[in-house]
Amino acid sequence: MKVDFEVNGRAVSVDVTPRMTLADCLRHELNLTGTHIGCEHGVCGACTVIVNGDAVRSCLMLAVQAKGAEVTTVEGLSLEEGLTPLQEAFKRHHGLQCGFCTPGMLTTLHALLSEEPEASEERIRDVISGNLCRCTGYIPIIEAAMDARAAYQQARGDK
Amino acid sequence: MKSSTHPQNTYIGGHVERVEDYRFLRGEGQYLDDISRPGQWHAAFLRSSLAHGTIRKIDASAALAMPGVHAVMTAADIEGNIPTIPFRRPNPTIGPYAQPIIAREKVRYFGEPIAMVLADTAELAEDALQHVVVEIDALPAVIERVHAMSDAVLIFEDTKTNIPTVFNAEKGDIEAAFAGAHYVIRDQFATQRQTALPMETRGLLAEWDAQLGQLTVSGAAKLPFFNRTTMANMMNLPEEAVDYIELDVGGGFGARGEFYPEDYLLALGARKFNRPIKWIEDRREHLMAIGHSREASCDVELAFSKEGVILGMRGDLYINIGAYVRPNGMTPVRNAAQFMSGPYRIPAIDLDAHAFVSNKTPAGTYRGPGRYEGCFFIERLMDQAAGALGIDRLELRRRNLLTHEEMPYPLATVLPSDGRAETQCDSGDHREPFETVVKESNWAEKAHLQGQLIDGRYHGMAIGSFIEGGASGPQENVRMQLEADGIVSLYAGSSAIGQGLETVLAQIAADYLELPMERIRVFHGSTTYLKQGWGSYGSRATVMGGNAVIDAAKKLLGEFRLHAAKRLGLAPEELTITEGVARAADGRSVPLVEVAKDGINVDGFFKNQTPTYTYGSAFAHVAVDPGTGHIEILDYVVADDVGRIINSMTLHGQVMGAAVQGFGSVFSEELVYNDEGQLLVGSLADYLIPLATDYPVVRCISLENYPSPTNPLGAKGAGEGGIIPVGGVVANAVANALSSLGVQPKILPLSPSRVWELIEDARARA
Repeated sequence: MKVDFEVNGRAVSVDVTPRMTLADCLRHELNLTGTHIGCEHGVCGACTVIVNGDAVRSCLMLAVQAKGAEVTTVEGLSLEEGLTPLQEAFKRHHGLQCGFCTPGMLTTLHALLSEEPEASEERIRDVISGNLCRCTGYIPIIEAAMDARAAYQQARGDK
Repeated sequence: MKSSTHPQNTYIGGHVERVEDYRFLRGEGQYLDDISRPGQWHAAFLRSSLAHGTIRKIDASAALAMPGVHAVMTAADIEGNIPTIPFRRPNPTIGPYAQPIIAREKVRYFGEPIAMVLADTAELAEDALQHVVVEIDALPAVIERVHAMSDAVLIFEDTKTNIPTVFNAEKGDIEAAFAGAHYVIRDQFATQRQTALPMETRGLLAEWDAQLGQLTVSGAAKLPFFNRTTMANMMNLPEEAVDYIELDVGGGFGARGEFYPEDYLLALGARKFNRPIKWIEDRREHLMAIGHSREASCDVELAFSKEGVILGMRGDLYINIGAYVRPNGMTPVRNAAQFMSGPYRIPAIDLDAHAFVSNKTPAGTYRGPGRYEGCFFIERLMDQAAGALGIDRLELRRRNLLTHEEMPYPLATVLPSDGRAETQCDSGDHREPFETVVKESNWAEKAHLQGQLIDGRYHGMAIGSFIEGGASGPQENVRMQLEADGIVSLYAGSSAIGQGLETVLAQIAADYLELPMERIRVFHGSTTYLKQGWGSYGSRATVMGGNAVIDAAKKLLGEFRLHAAKRLGLAPEELTITEGVARAADGRSVPLVEVAKDGINVDGFFKNQTPTYTYGSAFAHVAVDPGTGHIEILDYVVADDVGRIINSMTLHGQVMGAAVQGFGSVFSEELVYNDEGQLLVGSLADYLIPLATDYPVVRCISLENYPSPTNPLGAKGAGEGGIIPVGGVVANAVANALSSLGVQPKILPLSPSRVWELIEDARARA
């Protein structure tokens, strides 16, 4: 069946089976392989994308449920070239090692900091506790997020 | 800091941001499931639902009738004997315990592959699994140590025992040591079954080129070259007809990249049907199929003099290796025997490490294999001995930690030999990280908190020490090629598993070539780059790969000198080479890029059979809630000496990440089986790895006071040390917190329910 939605600012029309998850649709139908699948049961958070502004597990959402939605993936968060302030902060603080959980961390944090650029360390930690990372021990991820807040505060100020 | 004879450098030792990060942060990494081939089929594996049984019937006709399903491969599709997975470290007695790549008559663990379904999509293949009818007559499941070691039920009917090997670690005169002891402590401890749990599950893509007779396996990790040789032998192909391609890898930690049964079945299917075949493990499958580790118990004793000097250590270790001996399934067993002495001077040792088979998933390695277990055992003995001897727990350790004057310090000899019988600590002074941790943790100021009940929680602290083996031999190879644009391409036999290999090797190459890092491009891990290579395991990539890079860099500069001299009509020794320019005394010069058209291509290698031993100490301060059994880590400090720091940022990342994994080991991760051998852990909601909210305080300190004498870099392995001391240190801190109740944790994990029970039992006794 056909489903129409928007991905990273681009209108798409995809032919999907009813049981296809949004994650599989993004990865295999739209070739947006930055969204990773770590568990397919909504625990690890690697597949997190932003749907209408909210961080959502794309392995727990069916593609057909995305009808009419605005979906943003890690590719959509990225610039044509170079790194965003959040990505820069991850690099500076060594907030990633194998890179597998990273797209989900970035989408989750982007959704949070866009809404709450003043988020406290405790708040960030709490929100990120839904995303599993096996490499870093999380501490550098939290540091990166704290560091990136300034850019989100600035962006809000500019609006 | 000791003086160094290494060349002036700008990258080595620095906080250098990683070159890998750019693609990972933009979602441009390329992991196995990110690649697909036209016309590919997807594989799904039917796995045994019973832990132990005899296969009566497999009927795949209903599955085969499903649209989109192309084939169901079972043992019946394999002519003759079912091939078995070879051992990486063979010893004389393990032969009969090898794993057949698919079950024929018997299944020996829950999750053992019985059939492979090939279909157009992964979904269809998984659907079809439910329509393959398998009848298995159950046999008694052998799950626990006493049952297994009794040999009442033989898991391999053609053998006489469920104990494939007993490794003996021996040193000195053990009888004399115990006869002359003032005090002997004896106790039993156990660590639970775990797995490495990388965030990316396993997967492979196998492709067969019928015209060329060439097999290509994508998704390699850890040891692509060994796996290529293995695959070539099993497929009856010449080695050159098999390529292993490494992509980005979502974590390894010792488990990913070993040769697994699925690897061979996928290749077999690709050749038989002349189709690319892709397989991605799902998470439930991962938990039952990837190598498990850490299920160890012991009955050990330590003998002390009146002054608290260790005289000897003896006893038995028991490791549940699961249903088969996998390629490196014996590594944790022999390691536990060899490294239980850890950082301590123990003149007499007699330990038997018994590997026993059971009807559980076969074991392999997980970060710090055998060392984590051994460290937990000995650190628990040390703290209890301190109390009994009336010697301060830090002082007791100071009297027994190895010193610089004793280096190199021989460890126990382990037999039967699997190629690693003799080894010695290469350099260092174990008192230094220990005192660093004492100081950084403010031990003296906090000592009064020990055992105190504050705001409803008991506080406790402990310090323990560890050694970490690294630089697994025998060799690593690299190739350097000067490209037309002046870039140096570096092809490395080491593989990347998320640890930042590209950055670290580029740093080393850049320093030794005196070029900016931007001019080094690192390619790694694939068998297409080099004739032979080894990979990344046993904390070896930086030491073995890094020193091979130095060799290649020197050779490349040598070639540069020759070619530049020819151009200038001078003798090579008349030139000075700095920062990519060869200069003559008369002012003429030749830049590196100019000789690129001469085709400069050099091979570098590093041979080394002598492991390095990073060593260190860790401190934990815990608060135990007696009402819930919950334990909070209030502070954790770890210091290690890695010989030479290459990248302080990635080094800290390794140590901190490993420490937090260790907290998962101590508190929450457990692969639980029931009495019938059913794995009760099927999702990440059951297998509880640490979350961001769990352990917010970990402090890492890196030292480089004693470079390793085994290699020109002076480096030692550093990927595993962080996890090794966590069990012993945290358990001791908990024991100290609960000292007023007399609680002595002996079994991990220290889950809230177990801790609560320990407290309740202690109260009931009192």
